[in-house]
Amino acid sequence: MPQLEQIHTYLGQIFWLFVTFGLLYIVLWKAALPRVSTILQERQERIDEDLRKAEEFKQEADDAIAAYEKLVAEARSQAQTVIRETNVALAADAAARQDALTVRIKADVAEAEARIDKARTEALANIQTVAVEVAQAATIRLIGKDIPTDNAEAAVAAAMRERG
Amino acid sequence: MATEKHGGEQHSPLEQFEIKELVPIEIAGNNISFSNSALMMVITITLILMLMILGTRKRAMIPGRWQALAELCYEFVANLIRDTVGNEGRKYFPFIFALFMFILIGNMLGMVPYSFTFTSHIAVTFAMAMVVFTGVTILGFAKHGIRFFTFFVPPGVPIWMWPLMIPIEIISYLSRPVSLAMRLFANMLAGHTLLKVFAGFVPALGAAGILPLAFVGALTGLELLIAFLQAYVFAILTCLYIDDALHLH
Repeated sequence: MPQLEQIHTYLGQIFWLFVTFGLLYIVLWKAALPRVSTILQERQERIDEDLRKAEEFKQEADDAIAAYEKLVAEARSQAQTVIRETNVALAADAAARQDALTVRIKADVAEAEARIDKARTEALANIQTVAVEVAQAATIRLIGKDIPTDNAEAAVAAAMRERG
Repeated sequence: MATEKHGGEQHSPLEQFEIKELVPIEIAGNNISFSNSALMMVITITLILMLMILGTRKRAMIPGRWQALAELCYEFVANLIRDTVGNEGRKYFPFIFALFMFILIGNMLGMVPYSFTFTSHIAVTFAMAMVVFTGVTILGFAKHGIRFFTFFVPPGVPIWMWPLMIPIEIISYLSRPVSLAMRLFANMLAGHTLLKVFAGFVPALGAAGILPLAFVGALTGLELLIAFLQAYVFAILTCLYIDDALHLH
């Protein structure tokens, strides 16, 4: 086995191990690893910073949403108030008109009834006159005798009273 | 060992582990030649540094592919340390990261055909394990001084058991670098040898060679998993040892 037979190469192997490994160690220690460490650290800081900013923006957005919702709620309640007030005003107006209309209708009805009464009274009066004339004409035709107007009037009035 | 090497086969499955000197270097009588093992180490650290430095060059807020991979490696090891040692482990992060990536890429490059796996050599794994062991022991003494020895007294053990328990604890402590080194070395050695042995069957069996070929395919997948797993185990055990040294049980 060369590992155990080539003893004269041990010193050379170990020498070059120390030279190469020593060089590797020093360059890694002084140059390469600090650089990687810086890169990782900077990235971590950047990520933390970005997360912090995102958190801030989220907070701002939440605030804006809250303000907006508050505004909407206020507007809604204002609108409700306006609607209620308008409803009340409209109802009052309607009631007032209703009352005015009722009064006018009643007046019209009373006037109309008065006219109807007058018309009926006149009509009744006319009926009596016509009845007297009809009675006189009928008497002439039936018995050929003219009766005086006064008698005919009295007879018609008596008959009308009798029939109601 | 010798019979295997000269056992008539043209290519021994162990030949792949041979160290070949590419550039002979000798300083004060010590042979520190630049070998295929050293070449793979250089390629390994070049790849890691390219990934970690060129990959993160743009410092992009939204990472590209290479930067995402570099960050993935970084966070994987960072989580590993956080889970085992806690926040005190941050100081040892560069070392654990270098260790994990070095073993991981070394193991992975070893899976490339005709390349060389430097982690399959006991000299390398033992040297790494000894660095961890020595470092952790020094850390323990620096943190706790002489009280570090209380680490060898398991809590809740009656005093008459101490003569038995303390030697056991000391032996288990001293065997840490051995087990750490052997685990990585043996896994890499066994896996690569097995791959080579089965690959050798493919031409030998002719048409039936499709069977060992399929097996080699499956085994390669397993070896990739093991390459990652051993780097992970080495790193996590180092973290646990550091945790022990910091908190003494």
